[in-house]
Amino acid sequence: MLTGENIVQLVSGLLHWAYAQAGISSLAGVIDPIISAVVMFGFIAVFVMFLVWMERKVSAHMQSRIGPNRVGPLGLLQTVADAIKLTIKEDVKPVNRDKVPYFIAPIVAFVATFMGMVVIPFDKGVVVQDLNVGILYIIAITGFTVIAILTAGWSSNNKYALLGGFRSAAQIISYEVSLVLSVVPIIMITGTLSLSGIVEYQKQAGYWFILPQIVAFLIFITSATAEANRAPFDIPEAESELIGGFHTEYSGVKFAMFFLGEYIAVVVSSAVAVTLFLGGWLPLPYLDFLHIPGFVWFLAKLLLVIYLIMAFRWTFPRLRVDQLMDFGWKVLIPISIINILATAVVWFCLYGKGAQ
Amino acid sequence: MNLELIQNLLPLALALTLAVAVPAAMMILSALLGPKHDTQTKLSTYECGIQGPAIEGDARHHFNVKFYLIAMCFLVFDVEVVFLFPWAVLFQKMAWGGFFSMVAFLGVLAFGWYYLLKRGAFEWE
Amino acid sequence: MIETVLFYILAAALIGFGLMVITRTNPIASAMAMVGAFAGLAGLYAMLNARFLSIIQILVYAGGIMVLVIFVIMLLNLEPEDLQRMRAKGFVVLLALIGVGAAIVSPMLFCVIPNKDWANGSVSPEFGSMASVGAKMFADHLFPFEILSLVLLTAVVGALVLAKRKL
Repeated sequence: MLTGENIVQLVSGLLHWAYAQAGISSLAGVIDPIISAVVMFGFIAVFVMFLVWMERKVSAHMQSRIGPNRVGPLGLLQTVADAIKLTIKEDVKPVNRDKVPYFIAPIVAFVATFMGMVVIPFDKGVVVQDLNVGILYIIAITGFTVIAILTAGWSSNNKYALLGGFRSAAQIISYEVSLVLSVVPIIMITGTLSLSGIVEYQKQAGYWFILPQIVAFLIFITSATAEANRAPFDIPEAESELIGGFHTEYSGVKFAMFFLGEYIAVVVSSAVAVTLFLGGWLPLPYLDFLHIPGFVWFLAKLLLVIYLIMAFRWTFPRLRVDQLMDFGWKVLIPISIINILATAVVWFCLYGKGAQ
Repeated sequence: MNLELIQNLLPLALALTLAVAVPAAMMILSALLGPKHDTQTKLSTYECGIQGPAIEGDARHHFNVKFYLIAMCFLVFDVEVVFLFPWAVLFQKMAWGGFFSMVAFLGVLAFGWYYLLKRGAFEWE
Repeated sequence: MIETVLFYILAAALIGFGLMVITRTNPIASAMAMVGAFAGLAGLYAMLNARFLSIIQILVYAGGIMVLVIFVIMLLNLEPEDLQRMRAKGFVVLLALIGVGAAIVSPMLFCVIPNKDWANGSVSPEFGSMASVGAKMFADHLFPFEILSLVLLTAVVGALVLAKRKL
């Protein structure tokens, strides 16, 4: 049977045979992780290009337009063309910038989100590195985005950029709390922080956590959308007010890094949502006789959640700054704390007697 | 030294190296290879056609202290969340005792939250 | 072998970033170097099997406290001349602090560390994990943990009083 785990075993078997032929078997512990990181890098690059195309197509359909249709079949290669254009563009460096922070900020923005991808399990055993503190690691490492955004806004020395950076950072940290709080009930139920462990628990329990934890799921998706600075929470980059937000002064590859980072952030939070609430690589109930490999299920669910986030953009009007802060601090945080306590009480009522 | 730990860390370290090196290399390459037609106006701060002191000039003015307050609130709640994680892992083992110690902890912070709410810390003027 | 290499890389990064924090004239560059130093420290914690601590180091220090520090730097927005003036004064204070620090650390460095039996320093794989830290915290140190909520409450009230002069 074809599963993601089998493919990984096959590939690693082939690789180890190749190492033995080349006489570098002792270095396998170093080369294997490099190869898996490179594969993840390639996957992310292709996937994000696809997502940009998908976003433009979805937007187009919702507005009765056609969307990109010139480059390649269905316009699929449009993003490739855009990427090439961005890399060969002139590198405009505003004179008033702070040189070093201006250069480092896009790298940090990219690295922070990319490093979140390495612990996402695509299938049983298909993960660059499964950590036993997985979910907390993702939350911690993606937190670097705030610093990248603030630094970018500050080092550009542009009022639009600085104000955009400030607003972005304030928004991200406001919604970070509710995002993390919405994860806690899952950990209470499973007792593990490992993403693979959480999926395995859902397999054994026979249900996905979206059923008992629908409130947490809604909080998570809302906060994740806000954290990625996407519409309807896109005040920091509201074109009509602040031009491009914190990356106003960035162009070419540097801009591409921020752009890439934003899309990877969407992928990471959608992947976490799929893993925590939608059963990760598990097949739909009653459909496991089809023997569709787990990573296909995972990608299908991932695309569904990403489509949901894209659909938000054309469904809800943009919030005002005060509404945004109100919603984060006065609504989401209390609800998520009540949700945690309610989960605890319900758990005690259901299983309390048999505990210890 | 724990071998399993190194096996956990090494892939992360290598992925990090890759993730830093590739964008940096791309940015440097593009800066070296791209066209260069610098003009005074092009390199000046982007002002979107709007003139006047509100837009032009040094951007670094004193900022609304509001942002500081938000960051401080975030920090406090972030620390609170950090303590929730070990509690959540042990939640089933500790049963009611652990539950009530966390309720006491959250209760004090809920009071802090209520104070902030009443004092208008979450209002955005 | 690998862990020795990793250790030296992380330690070099930590010291290098630490030096950058105090030598950069641009405060934002200093702040970024400090983030790098925290990341290096988190890596060292992770190598010592303290997974929870290393995550917390990034989540709270790099993600929370550094954001606050950057906000404060931007809010104060000191002119380069002011910084220059303060730097001259700060240098004397820095030297004094280094002297005091060396006086405190040197007995440890030269007397305690060489005389301790480090061979028995191995720990169980469970050490430093989320569950063992939690067990310590909620069993042995429950009272300090509850007191902590009061400390956090004080921080909230203090921030509000500072930020809003007229309540």
